Amino acid sequence: MKRGHPGAWAAVALGGLYFLAPLVATFEFSLRMRRGVYSFDAYRVVFASGNFQASFLYSTVVALVTIVVAALIVVPAAYFVQLRLPRLRGIVEFITLLPLVIPAIVLVFGFIRLYGSSSVLPLTATSLGADALLTFGYVGLGLPYMYRSVDAGLSAIDVRTLTEAAESQGAGAVTILFQVILPNIRSAILSGAFLTFAIVIGEFTFASLLDRPAFGPYLQLIGASRAYEPSALAVMAFALTWACLGLMQLVGGAPAAGARR
Amino acid sequence: MSVLAAPPASTRLARRPDWVAWLGVAPFFVFAAMFLIAPTAWLLVGAFQDHEGAFTFGNIVRLGQPSIRLSYWLSLEVSAASAILGALIGLVVALAALRGGLPSWLRPTLMTFSGVASNFAGVPLAFAFMATLGRLGLVTVLLRNVGIDLYAHGFNILTFWGLTITYLYFQIPLMVLVVTPAIDGLKSEWAEAAEMLGASPWQYWRLIALPVLWPSIMGAALLLFANAFGAIATAYALTGSSFNIAPILLYAQIRGDVLHDPNLGYALALGMLAITGASNLAYLALRARSDRWLR
Repeated sequence: MKRGHPGAWAAVALGGLYFLAPLVATFEFSLRMRRGVYSFDAYRVVFASGNFQASFLYSTVVALVTIVVAALIVVPAAYFVQLRLPRLRGIVEFITLLPLVIPAIVLVFGFIRLYGSSSVLPLTATSLGADALLTFGYVGLGLPYMYRSVDAGLSAIDVRTLTEAAESQGAGAVTILFQVILPNIRSAILSGAFLTFAIVIGEFTFASLLDRPAFGPYLQLIGASRAYEPSALAVMAFALTWACLGLMQLVGGAPAAGARR
Repeated sequence: MSVLAAPPASTRLARRPDWVAWLGVAPFFVFAAMFLIAPTAWLLVGAFQDHEGAFTFGNIVRLGQPSIRLSYWLSLEVSAASAILGALIGLVVALAALRGGLPSWLRPTLMTFSGVASNFAGVPLAFAFMATLGRLGLVTVLLRNVGIDLYAHGFNILTFWGLTITYLYFQIPLMVLVVTPAIDGLKSEWAEAAEMLGASPWQYWRLIALPVLWPSIMGAALLLFANAFGAIATAYALTGSSFNIAPILLYAQIRGDVLHDPNLGYALALGMLAITGASNLAYLALRARSDRWLR
């Protein structure tokens, strides 16, 4: 290989330009609200808006519940598959890939048909039911990342020895899972959690079609009705994504190939 | 028999069914059945039913009507264009950063940035590109000041190319992330052996490196294709319902039965699932092939 091939420099520079231009442009646009001078007015307006606060709070709560539910589902499954039911590995991994194969809009359509107001289990009929449905949908969206992260975390520790040591002290399965395994894979769970948060906080398709007052539909509404606020919101969303992925790397995960939507 | 259902005190590896372990994986399977498999399966059933619930292929046949065919076609075009361009550009950027002899800090920077950018999608991405290439966007205005009027030349962020360029913002980084392990799998011995046998760098790339990378590149392009095909939020926020790709048509159908035929709606969803499913399967098959070289 040649040192610092000029073509390589050009490719990286052009790529960098394409990726930085929208960030610069969005930031610049977000400052233009006051005529003639740059100001942070757009941000001030956004932060002062009740709808912003309410929808962001709603989505944050849903995201946190999603993470807890996902961890409760994934950790025992990954643990027992690795330790005692290795023959289930194939089918479990296949299932965790399904959310990447089934487009979100198709899945939510299925939700509405299966759990709609005229069905056996009419979850969409009540607002709490719809919240639950949204949360389970998001657990599905995060499943591929949460499972891979937890599975890698379990592979990195000696699950068998830890389990046998705990068993010899008389611990039961639940105690082992929560007091021995969980603390040891904390960083793997956190890593999956940050990515899940980044994916679901501004999610649009599920939230909009289930009629939830979430951040994603709020963003879309502002985009359709305002000029400068959308740019301010895009800058915040980018910073939030950056923070989540940064924290994920900090707690020790590799950058995950994701992208949704 | 039913006595066994209670978790036994001994958790030793048993000859009997391991009830504790099955109990531990049960929530996962219940979740998958209720919130991944059953909803999808129920749509598929609907796609093959008429209004009275009798079996029919009529819905699938009616997918061929012009308005639906057009929306599928638009989706295929946008997905294919953004997948092919994303794969090519992503490959070039990854090769340049990893094998171009550039400073070593570039690699972790590129990886971190790709992780962020591949997850920066949906509604905010649409806002960012409006601010960049919209009528009043920074790049549009800057180019107009130096005499290049994009909009006078027929460009519009709300059209095919506008959407494709926007999608590339998450497609290129995704390609970088997916193809990097394959590029790392190119062993330096191969380049050395080729050089000793008198091959030029061009011959090395054409006859050795590219054929080895080929399944990974094709597979990644298929993954990118499926990724774009299912995406809706960016397109919806960017164009409203004026750009009628398949997911936007499906969105309108779920919202207000614009096709005036619920079962045709299920068939529309089935068609999308068939396309993303096929490209994902092909991706997995190609990845299994390329994995042989990465050990």
